[in-house]
Amino acid sequence: MNGEKVIEVKNLSKHFGQFKAVDDISFDVKKGEVFGFLGANGAGKTTAIKMLTGIWSSSSGQATVAGFDINRNRNKLKENIGYMSQKFSLYEDLTFKENVRFYGGIYGLSNKEISQKTDEMIAHLELDNIKNTLISEIPLGWKQKIAFSVAVIHRPKIVFLDEPTSGVDPITRRQFWDLIYETAESGITVFVTTHYMDEAEYCDRISMMVQGRIEALGSLDELLEKHDARNMDEVFVKLAR
Amino acid sequence: MKTFAAFVRKEFKHIFRDRKTLIILFGMPIVMVIMFGFAIRTEISNSRIAILDHAKDAHSQKLKNKISASEYFNVVTELNSEEEIGEIFKRGDVKLVLVFPQDFGKGLVNENHSPIQIIADASDPNTANILSSYLQATFQSYVNEELNLQAPNLNITTRMMYNPENKSVYMFVPGVMTIILMLVSALMTSITVAKEKEIGTMEILLVSPLKPFVIILGKIIPYLVLALIIASTILLLGLYVFNMPMNGSYYLLFAEIFLFVLCALVLGLLISTVANSQQTAMLISMMALMLPSILLSGFIFPISSMPLPLQVISNAIPAKWFIIIIKNIMLKGTGLEAIMFETGVLVFITVLLTLIAIKKFKIRLE
Repeated sequence: MNGEKVIEVKNLSKHFGQFKAVDDISFDVKKGEVFGFLGANGAGKTTAIKMLTGIWSSSSGQATVAGFDINRNRNKLKENIGYMSQKFSLYEDLTFKENVRFYGGIYGLSNKEISQKTDEMIAHLELDNIKNTLISEIPLGWKQKIAFSVAVIHRPKIVFLDEPTSGVDPITRRQFWDLIYETAESGITVFVTTHYMDEAEYCDRISMMVQGRIEALGSLDELLEKHDARNMDEVFVKLAR
Repeated sequence: MKTFAAFVRKEFKHIFRDRKTLIILFGMPIVMVIMFGFAIRTEISNSRIAILDHAKDAHSQKLKNKISASEYFNVVTELNSEEEIGEIFKRGDVKLVLVFPQDFGKGLVNENHSPIQIIADASDPNTANILSSYLQATFQSYVNEELNLQAPNLNITTRMMYNPENKSVYMFVPGVMTIILMLVSALMTSITVAKEKEIGTMEILLVSPLKPFVIILGKIIPYLVLALIIASTILLLGLYVFNMPMNGSYYLLFAEIFLFVLCALVLGLLISTVANSQQTAMLISMMALMLPSILLSGFIFPISSMPLPLQVISNAIPAKWFIIIIKNIMLKGTGLEAIMFETGVLVFITVLLTLIAIKKFKIRLE
């Protein structure tokens, strides 16, 4: 970790009328980091991600992602991030190859790059038997790994994962985290939200959102020590209460 | 441009992979045109009627022969008394009873004037109206032939312009085309966008560098192509199966079809900005678009006989203007100058809807 900041957030807020969905949050994420973005349902995680990925504009405050302002430079920003949601986001009526073609296509990859990426993914994820199968017929665990690989097909600087492992069995989750680590090692920063506190413990640093604010931020050890807890579960319960 | 091509290619794959929907999309127009064309007719032929003849003289006999000989009527039975009229209607055997008064022939010859009575079963008001006016016409022509010296010298000839045989196909082909195009365009686009929202790919598209404008265009173009193919299919059926005339310019016709489809597609997009699931999209399209397009467009029910508020509302229905336009081009062979106003209204509605749709899309992004 060379300390280069790929996400910088200063006093960022998003208001919906009187309701402050995100209330004055500030944090940085460094290059190659696996950053855990935690919070109960309705704590404002999704709103924050929507702002950081350039879907929604902010009400006040500043943020840059991959060096681009989230309000002023959205197009550039979008070219430099990847995104995967809990819904996996692959087209079920297209095959693996067609999905890769499509996503590669909309990120402006050339045909050559796309077929090269396709081959890489087939080799890496062992997809040889199912490369021409419709996504709807592929088991969930595989779909999710494919969705992740597709989300980083254009080598973004940061990939946002919005509860990527919900509804998946523990073994597949483990394999999925292996993929996340590999990706982070290759230099892509991983910004991940999760409900599973054991997964939070895999992250380099963790932030906890409660009612629109960031109540805790630091490495696992720092958080455990500060809140006098044995694991993230306890930290979560103490803060979210 | 390359990203756009990737998007459009994906849309076409969705369409062609969904065989069932595709079959429905192409099957439905064909079935509908054929059904409407053959089954629903406003012209009559061989309608079953009965006659109650109190006169039984030469004139009543001649008139009866004339009626029986016409292809419009089939005289099933002769009644003997007034009482039988009610019974025969209740049994549903005939739609109409013609009653000759006692001194029918005498009155006709001596006083130049003799009433006949037409009793129609108006539980089906349309048929009753049409039958009675056909019968009146037959009677009138008989009077003219037999007594033209004595008859009043007023001779009315009616000429049905643009549809001399009063064929209902002329009305249904434009109508069905309008409804189908509205359905395919609005329903399908609203469903496909709602589907992307439902399965979560919409989020990915919004996070991707694709501009909203490109997403909208990419959604519109495949369905535009599909709708134009369907329009051609309906047109071919109308021309070659039902001998619908085509008196105007094909370029103009297709330009207008293009405009109408565009309008419907934008409506579909607008619906999809409110609907978050495919079912909602379908319901809204059906209720808010299909019904008014069928009922308030003048397709089946004449707008001029609607109460004023509905007449006002009908002006906002694109289908109304489109039906007027196609009828003008196909039947009357008019050029653009005659349908300038209707085209202008369609352009106005389309532009307005596009602006609203873009605004709504932006609000989603804010």
